[in-house]
Amino acid sequence: MRLKFMRDEGRKVAIKTVKEIGKPSSDPTQRVDQFLEYFAISPVNLDPSGIILRLEHLLDVREIRFMDDVHLMAPQADETQTNNLENMLEAALALNIIYKIMRHYYILGKKTFSLYIIMQLQMVLPLIMREAKAYASALKAFTQGQPIGDGAGALVAATLMRKHEKTQIAKDVVMAKVPMEGRTTYVIKAKGPGGNVGKPGEAIKRIIEENDGKIALAIVIDAGLKLEGEKPGEVAEGVGVAIGGPGVEKYKVEEGALKHKVPVNAIIIKEDVGDAVSPMRKEIVDAVDNAIQRIKRLILERSKEGDNVIIAGIGNTIGIGQ
Amino acid sequence: MSDPFTTQKKTSPILIAILLVTFLLSIFSIFLGFNSYVEGEAESGSTYMILGATTLALSGYVLFQTRKRIFKLALETQPLATTMLCEKCSLKNVRDFQRGDYIFKEVEPCPKCNEKMVISSIYREVKEKGKEET
Repeated sequence: MRLKFMRDEGRKVAIKTVKEIGKPSSDPTQRVDQFLEYFAISPVNLDPSGIILRLEHLLDVREIRFMDDVHLMAPQADETQTNNLENMLEAALALNIIYKIMRHYYILGKKTFSLYIIMQLQMVLPLIMREAKAYASALKAFTQGQPIGDGAGALVAATLMRKHEKTQIAKDVVMAKVPMEGRTTYVIKAKGPGGNVGKPGEAIKRIIEENDGKIALAIVIDAGLKLEGEKPGEVAEGVGVAIGGPGVEKYKVEEGALKHKVPVNAIIIKEDVGDAVSPMRKEIVDAVDNAIQRIKRLILERSKEGDNVIIAGIGNTIGIGQ
Repeated sequence: MSDPFTTQKKTSPILIAILLVTFLLSIFSIFLGFNSYVEGEAESGSTYMILGATTLALSGYVLFQTRKRIFKLALETQPLATTMLCEKCSLKNVRDFQRGDYIFKEVEPCPKCNEKMVISSIYREVKEKGKEET
C-alpha cells in the first residue's frame, strides 16, 4: 500500500511539475504515463567482446530519447530545468518499476499459493522500502533543483574550479586548469546546476590523450556507500576509479590509465544509499574541506612540481554550479 | 485498457461500516450491563460491561491505527537551509531554500559592504534518532 502511494504520489508530483515548469499547450498526463513505462534492453552478453561500447550506445540512445520526450512535455523549460525534469521523471519511473515488480511477486505468490514467494517478498521488503523512500525523496529534490548527496564529488570539484576559466571537455562535462601546489591540475565535473552526471570517463580519457599520457596522477572523488555504523561525511582514500553507474565511464578511465600507466587514486565521501539521492546533508557539505585537504596532501606526496594532475569530481551536479 | 494509475482511497468504507457496527454493539452491551446491574444481576452485568468495554477499546484502537497510517503517508518536503556568503567581508546569511537556488549562484548584495553574495552551501540537517555506533 505504501509503495502504491509512493508511486501514485510520484506520478502526481511529476505531472504537476511538468505543467508548472514546462507550461505545455496540451495535457502532459498521457506522455508522462508513457514515460513511466519505458524500458531498456541490455545488450547481449553471450559474446562479451565490445559490450561496453554497445552498452554506451544504448545508454546514449536512451538519454536522447528521454531528453526529447522532456522537451515535448515541457517546451518552455530551459536547459537546467529540462535536466531536472528528466531526473525527476527517472525517479518516478524507478518508483513505478519497484511497485510493479513487488506487485508481480505478491500476485504470483497468491495465485500459486506459494508461501515461499510471499515469505521471500516479506524478507526483502524492508530493503525495498528503504530504496523506494530514497527515490521518493529524490523526486522531491529534483522538482526543486536541490543538491543531492550523490553530488559530493561534484561539489568538491566545483569548489576547486571556482573563479577559474571553464571549458567544455566532453558531453556535459566542464574542465578548469587550476594551479595547485606548483602543479597544473585539470579539474572536471558535470555541467551544473541542472541534474547531470555527464561523461567524466570520456573527459579524463581526453585529458590523458591531449597531454600525451603525461599525467602524474589522477584523483577521482565520489560519494561512496557507507556501511551501517559508519558516520555520514567520513572521507576515505583508496586506489581505483570511483565512478558508479553501469560501468561505461569507469571502463574508459581504466583503459586510458592502463595505456599510459597513470596511477588512479580515489577519495570517497561516505553516505547512506538514502542520503545519496536525498537533499544533501550538512555532514556531507562539511566533508568537502576535508576532501580538499586530502587532495592537496595526495598531490604533494604522489607528484612533483610541474606535473600534470587530473582531479575529477563525480556525481549528479543538480543544484551545484561551477 | 484500464488506467494503470488509480487514485488512493483514504479509508475503506467497509472498514468504517464494520467499526461503526462494532461501536454500536459495544455501546449496546454496556447499556445491557448497566441494566443488569440495576436489576440486581451483578454477574451478567459485569460480563456485558467487560465485553462492551473491550469491544469499544478495540474498535477505537483500530480506528486510531487507520488514521495514523493516513497521516504518515505523505511525501515529506524536507526543510533545507541556504547559506549565503559575502566573499569580501565574510558575512554569512542563512535562509530557507527557494526554488532556483544553487551552490555558487550570485544572489542579493551584502547588507554590510554591498558586494554580491554567493550561495556557499545548501543542506539539510538530520537529527539522529539514536546512536548508530555500537
